[in-house]
Amino acid sequence: MTANNNLIKELVNQYGRDRTSLMPILQGVVEQNNYISDVDMTEIAKELDLSAAQVFGTATFYAFLDTVPRGRFVIRVCKTITCDMHGKKLIIQTLEDMLKIKVGETTQDKKFSLLETNCLGWCHKGPSMLINHDVYSELTPEKVQKIIAEYIHK
Amino acid sequence: MSEFLKRVDLIFGEYSDQKYKTLEKTVKRPTEDIIKDVLDSGLRGRGGAGFPTAMKWKFAMEQPGDEKYVICNADEGEPGTFKDREILTKVPRKVFAGMAICGKVIGAKKGYMYLRGEYRYLLPDLLKEIEEYEKTAKGLGIDFSIEIRMGSGAYICGEESALFESMEGKRGEPRNKPPYPTIAGYLSKPTVINNVETFVNVLMICRIGPVKYKKLGTLDSRGSKVFSVSGDTPKAGIYELELGMALEKFVEEFGDGDTKAVQVGGASGFCVPRKKFKDTIIGFEGVPTGGSMMIFNSSRSMYNVLHNYLDFFEEESCGQCTPCRVGCQQLRIGIEAVKRGDKPINYLEQLMKLSETMKITAKCGLGQSVANSFSSIVNNFKEEMIY
Repeated sequence: MTANNNLIKELVNQYGRDRTSLMPILQGVVEQNNYISDVDMTEIAKELDLSAAQVFGTATFYAFLDTVPRGRFVIRVCKTITCDMHGKKLIIQTLEDMLKIKVGETTQDKKFSLLETNCLGWCHKGPSMLINHDVYSELTPEKVQKIIAEYIHK
Repeated sequence: MSEFLKRVDLIFGEYSDQKYKTLEKTVKRPTEDIIKDVLDSGLRGRGGAGFPTAMKWKFAMEQPGDEKYVICNADEGEPGTFKDREILTKVPRKVFAGMAICGKVIGAKKGYMYLRGEYRYLLPDLLKEIEEYEKTAKGLGIDFSIEIRMGSGAYICGEESALFESMEGKRGEPRNKPPYPTIAGYLSKPTVINNVETFVNVLMICRIGPVKYKKLGTLDSRGSKVFSVSGDTPKAGIYELELGMALEKFVEEFGDGDTKAVQVGGASGFCVPRKKFKDTIIGFEGVPTGGSMMIFNSSRSMYNVLHNYLDFFEEESCGQCTPCRVGCQQLRIGIEAVKRGDKPINYLEQLMKLSETMKITAKCGLGQSVANSFSSIVNNFKEEMIY
């Protein structure tokens, strides 16, 4: 596993070497690579003059800062009460059937990861999900099939 | 809409004809006058806790030094709440203007908005509006800049001190209080942190004046409030209403005719059963809410609702203090055991005691408020917990 030294240098130059820059730097790595590797964390620690443990501690705290490899498109389905009441289970099932993976897994071609997440703030239009930054709401199995079909060709 | 519920058009009302007109007018006024207006308006924080906004600003204003911060808490994570997203989508200019007024009052030069990761898609538009703001501020000679920091999917970072920790590049673990943010907040400097809606309210008070503003709402709950209505309702969505209404009227308007319970204030709020609709006032004098109103009809199992909340808390607990870390987990395991019949019915009493213990021993609002939904659901729907 090699660190993304160039990317990290770029981010450090952009945000600075202060600890307050740690979140934007970690977010920048996830944006590019879909996750932060141990080697990346060590490299960031070196650049910011922190201990690797401090960087690890911060990175592993946040649900959206993935520290295991994820696919290019990370699907996060809202599992909080209103989305759950309005048919979240069926949405998950549709996604699992289409992508042939279970919640928490990544497709073999490293294109999709399927995850559940807490309230996305679309309760009035549930069920809802995020694919990377994009929101999809008022989901039905048919709608999900259409959305995923589009992503498969991306 | 029925005559009992007054729709208000304050927060989402149109922008003034000239960009940042209210801000321009306000920054020319003496600081004391602005803070007096906010005080007279009776405005209380819109994030849920309801601390008087003017007091918060005053405390920060009185602190010496010129390194102070204004932070807009846009880490809206409470289940059932989506009003800040709507405000940031429709009237972001009002938010930034409100922040700039706060900067002027307390003597801060730097403002941040902490935006939750789930709302990352809003970032490009918000940055565009900040550009507009910076242009206007430069023209008006306002020395106050605004930056956006992103969250990364942690509910607890909506707690103010956890939010500071996160901005400082640390785990989002709440701090001990005191000191309060107005004395030692972000980077241990005096900081005013307010909810998105609070900043808009301040701007509107500056625009229409405290007298007109005070006419809205009740004695304890002045002004209007943006409600996020969801669940079993034909009219899910965002509504700006006056505070202080009876829950019964609310249900008449928004329910589907078969409403069994309303969860007021999200997972950390209170569950009100049908028999109490009549006597429940929505506002600081009754059941306070950050805006979340989740409606459940008779077809819903309140056990499932509670289980969903406990799952949520268990996952979102930062794990720092034992009452919350272990408590949330044990409450969930406990209700599962009672449901399965592995534990006797009176075990629920023990679980209630546990939640009460969490209320007094947990370090922050998350662990302290689990008891709100836990006891209000278990007390009012005991049979559903058992059978």
